[in-house]
Amino acid sequence: MTTVTAANATMEPTEPTPERRGFAEAFAMFRNGKSIVGLVILGVFAILALLGPWIAPYDPNAIGLEARNSPPDAAHWLGTTHLGQDILSQIIIGTRDVMFVGFGAGLLGTLLAVVVGVTSGYIRGAGSEILSALANVFLVIPGLPLIIIITSNFDDPNMLLIAIVLAITGWAWGARVLRSQTMSLRNRDFIQAARANGEPLWRIIAVEMLPNLMAVIASSFVGTVTAAILTQTTLAFVGITPITQWNWGTILFWAQSLNAFPDKWWWYLPAGLCIALVGMALALLNFGIDEYVNPRLRSAGKRARALRRRGFTQADATVVAPEAKR
Amino acid sequence: MRFLLRRAAFYLFTAWAAITINFFLPRMMKGDPISAYLARNQGEVSPEAIESLRILFGLNTDRPLGQQYLDYWGVLLSGDLGRSLSKGLAPVTAIVADALPWTIGLVGVATIISFLLGTSVGTFVGWRRGSAAEFVVPAATFLATVPYFWLGLIMIALFSTTLGWFPASHAFDKTVHPEPTWEFVASVIHHGTLPALTIVVTSLGGWILGMRNMMITVLDEDYITVAQAKGLSPRRVMVGYAARNAVLPQLSSFALALGFIVGGTLIMEMIFSYPGVGLRLFEATLAKDYPLMQGIFLVITLSVLVANILADIAHAALDPRTRQEAT
Repeated sequence: MTTVTAANATMEPTEPTPERRGFAEAFAMFRNGKSIVGLVILGVFAILALLGPWIAPYDPNAIGLEARNSPPDAAHWLGTTHLGQDILSQIIIGTRDVMFVGFGAGLLGTLLAVVVGVTSGYIRGAGSEILSALANVFLVIPGLPLIIIITSNFDDPNMLLIAIVLAITGWAWGARVLRSQTMSLRNRDFIQAARANGEPLWRIIAVEMLPNLMAVIASSFVGTVTAAILTQTTLAFVGITPITQWNWGTILFWAQSLNAFPDKWWWYLPAGLCIALVGMALALLNFGIDEYVNPRLRSAGKRARALRRRGFTQADATVVAPEAKR
Repeated sequence: MRFLLRRAAFYLFTAWAAITINFFLPRMMKGDPISAYLARNQGEVSPEAIESLRILFGLNTDRPLGQQYLDYWGVLLSGDLGRSLSKGLAPVTAIVADALPWTIGLVGVATIISFLLGTSVGTFVGWRRGSAAEFVVPAATFLATVPYFWLGLIMIALFSTTLGWFPASHAFDKTVHPEPTWEFVASVIHHGTLPALTIVVTSLGGWILGMRNMMITVLDEDYITVAQAKGLSPRRVMVGYAARNAVLPQLSSFALALGFIVGGTLIMEMIFSYPGVGLRLFEATLAKDYPLMQGIFLVITLSVLVANILADIAHAALDPRTRQEAT
């Protein structure tokens, strides 16, 4: 989870110089190799989430006593559990919950972040300070213990509830970054011009400002989704969400409680790798956005390689320098 | 001075907010586990303990909410967090006081190692941008996205069950007495290695990536070119000029990541049965022991606040601009 914060942190000191942008260019941050690879991986998982029940070869709960604890073979590509349940089917069926909670929490959390962040960045005075303090409080309060306490109070927490709780604990970082971005946008010429033209407030915010905030919004969305997926699978693994509802965390819960570690690798490796793969895809998206926002990250490798091709290295630059001084 | 006052006001406000959340949480919940417990164990609980539990958990509904809130503060300020229902009515403060040093020790050591190691690797990778060192980036990303509970289980499977190098649970051997002897210290290190290693491995990637990105940004600054033109040694430019400036956002994200780090450590403690506050919180959740849950949450939040204050001080010490901006 620290990746998200650390990668985002670089955005604050290196603010892009926003010009007036339309909505078409607002999505330019996804037009690079890293973002596209990330989007493709997420797309595959989204298809699994949507079509899971039709793709899955078996019923994930179906007990098959003739093939228990079997390693991967032609009939069961990822092997079976102690009851002969097909693990591939469990993973496919479980994708839906993971995606629903991840993207649900991401959408809700980003919405909260945009509302609070842009408002507190645009208005001035006490209202702005109070909203900012609110975001900072939510940043400091440790999320996971709070989530564990809240969800343990429900006998049967459903996935929507979990998504809502994750959104409430996960919106603050985005709001904070959006606030500082909005504050720097507020005084730009094109916003001043729009205000002088007498454009209504909603139009200034929706048409003039939001396109310029898209990269920050996207990055905060990606961050919230990553954190939500990790937290949700953690909750399922710990057994706080219903252990009968399939998601990747539930698979690991059963694997651990039925002593699949270390020998029955087919039971616990795929689910963990799926979580890591989705996390990788989201991180790639975030890299793409980072490079779009901070062009130095984009060209750094290229320029260094170009210098080396011309016979310079970084060390050369400093070795040459003293002679030049003489 | 104004900077310090502003930060102090913020921390006081956050502490107040955390305590107020803790006040409202049990009052928003369905059911009433406390009354049920007290009814089952009539006569075993002292009247004072019952009274403080009633105040802490919102059973005194006969009084107006404002009065309940004031009573709640009164109980907290007298250092009473209620009694644990699942641990034979032991005071929550005593349970937390037993568990907290383990957690702080584990989180502290693992986080410092991870921060130092990750920042150094990130410095180097950023300095050698475009070279073979760049391959650290995808590796670091992968490690940062691996779920920590999963990696912890694999660590146990590999280093404990299969290889038998490290014990898989508890903080020290049962045969060793918790006294300040070398034997005890060795046992603690032996038991702590695996959970600490897991935390380091899963959190390292974030530090590497953050530092690398900041280094690349900073290396384009004019003062780096000037430093190189002056003929300073590459090492001096890298450490004294580039890294010194690039590390500042790392400190801020360190403070902000603390909440996450604590969350990750909770899971580590559950997996490794490490006797810190995370394991106690987990046990309390399973036993529906609300007083213990609330108490632990409050203590964790206040600890994160203290760590934030320390990170703030470090930031102000390293970056004169922080001190100037506020004046």
